[in-house]
Amino acid sequence: MFLANAKVDSVTQIGTNVFLLKLQSDKIAANAKPGQFVNIKVSNSNFPLLRRPFSICNVEGDYFTIMFTSVGEGTLVLQKKQKGEFVDVMGSAGNGFSLDGNYEKAIIVAGGIGAAPFPFLIKELEKIGKEIICFSGGRTKNDCITYEMKNVSTATDDGSFGFKGTVVELLSSEIARYKNERIKIFGCGPNAMLKSLQQFCFTRNIEAEISTESSMACGFGICQGCPVQSATDKNKFLLVCKDGPVFNVKDIELP
Amino acid sequence: MSAVDLSVSVGPLKLRNPILLASGTVGYGNEISEFIDLNKIGGIVTKSLSLKPRKGNTPQRVIETPSGMLNAIGLANIGVEEFLKTKIPFLKKFDTKIICNIAASSVEEYVECTKLLTDEDTISAFEINVSCPNVKEGGLEFGNDKKAVAKITEEVKKVSTKPVFIKLSPNVSRISEFALAAKEAGADAVSAINTLVGTAFDIMTRKPKIKNITGGLSGPAIKPVALAKVLEIRRNVDIPIIGIGGIFSWQDAVEFMIAGASAFQLGTVNFVHPNISETMINDLILYCEKMKIASLKNLTGSFIL
Repeated sequence: MFLANAKVDSVTQIGTNVFLLKLQSDKIAANAKPGQFVNIKVSNSNFPLLRRPFSICNVEGDYFTIMFTSVGEGTLVLQKKQKGEFVDVMGSAGNGFSLDGNYEKAIIVAGGIGAAPFPFLIKELEKIGKEIICFSGGRTKNDCITYEMKNVSTATDDGSFGFKGTVVELLSSEIARYKNERIKIFGCGPNAMLKSLQQFCFTRNIEAEISTESSMACGFGICQGCPVQSATDKNKFLLVCKDGPVFNVKDIELP
Repeated sequence: MSAVDLSVSVGPLKLRNPILLASGTVGYGNEISEFIDLNKIGGIVTKSLSLKPRKGNTPQRVIETPSGMLNAIGLANIGVEEFLKTKIPFLKKFDTKIICNIAASSVEEYVECTKLLTDEDTISAFEINVSCPNVKEGGLEFGNDKKAVAKITEEVKKVSTKPVFIKLSPNVSRISEFALAAKEAGADAVSAINTLVGTAFDIMTRKPKIKNITGGLSGPAIKPVALAKVLEIRRNVDIPIIGIGGIFSWQDAVEFMIAGASAFQLGTVNFVHPNISETMINDLILYCEKMKIASLKNLTGSFIL
């Protein structure tokens, strides 16, 4: 893990309230793995005070990108970054997705801004010859992100874009197509969606990894602020920042 | 090589420089050693250790507040036995002072923990946490009771072969009275301050943002309070002070020394700038050179009122 002064290359709006921030740091770009995150100090002042964690969305050469929705104090500052500015970045942090497993089709399931880590993952999966099928969901069309996804089907709560219902309901209706194939699911999204995806995988005994999110202070295991219940040991919390953010679905109990 | 002498003493404990990393913001040293050379700082204070492992509080445990953060971790820790077995071998490799922070829910437990740890050479001193605001038993209940603070100090001193520091709560009306109780019971120094009790609400759900309802406030928001508490102790009780509370820069640290601290601890800042303890060494030297201070220890309590 490194602390780097990353140079802003661009801020691009790709949706109603969805942005890509492209940053330059050879050290972070060279070491990043899909599903890992960076922890960004968005300002040089005490406002906001703490770093903000973001999934690494993609890596190209010395550059890496994060995807975010502008929802709070931190993301508002990021949205206004100008080319050439420097941003204090810690990363790449946490455990990313494992590409290993007995599967030929990778099924990507994203909820809202949970689409963020997948462009990088998809690129790496394609390099090793996996076929990609994507499902992306959101409350409305504006919340449903399909950026750099392949073979994508969409679901919205209000039916404004694709299937009417949740992304896991959409997946349930489509899964029969892949019953004779070896699949692995990669999920990311809000806890309610991940819980439902977890249940889906358990009942069908499908191998899956999910990327979780949590408030955190440090991002590298010292503050103990981001615990998630271990599924195998009642007396143990795992840390989203250090043990995750990507977990095997069998390893955690989501809140 | 600079001519400035950064070494300080906290009672009988000699430190290379006054920079310590605060309990609960440095784990047991391994994670932060990715960012700093532990051999360059004064020392680290471990995450509070209890006799048995503690799982800690249910999340949400942390939340940001203006210039600060609330935490209610609930003393999650691996327990004394596991610490000795798995963390000491790592810490042994460093030439830095290891101060073991102990938290307990009874006088007997404080004593038992101290007994188990005191023969370990790697440990240089104990910091007794009588002031955690986030656990039901012990913690703040002790920190609010002068007699309890005195009793814990006295009993721990009886079994400790190392210097004993008492970490005081700011959630009292006169902190100097607690410092005096600790001193009279034999404490070698006091650490001031622990976090301030605070809370925050989500206005949509009307629920507290922290699951524990209240948490401990830390960060720059508490620095003026912490400085005033250090000053109060300094002016009323003759005991070495380790200053803690919202230090985010070398200038903040200098303020604590001027107010009376012999050494200081960096806490919340480690979450944001995990390398600051090392980078501030040179800043302290430059300050001393500019101010013609030959020995940094001369800064302690040098306020002019």
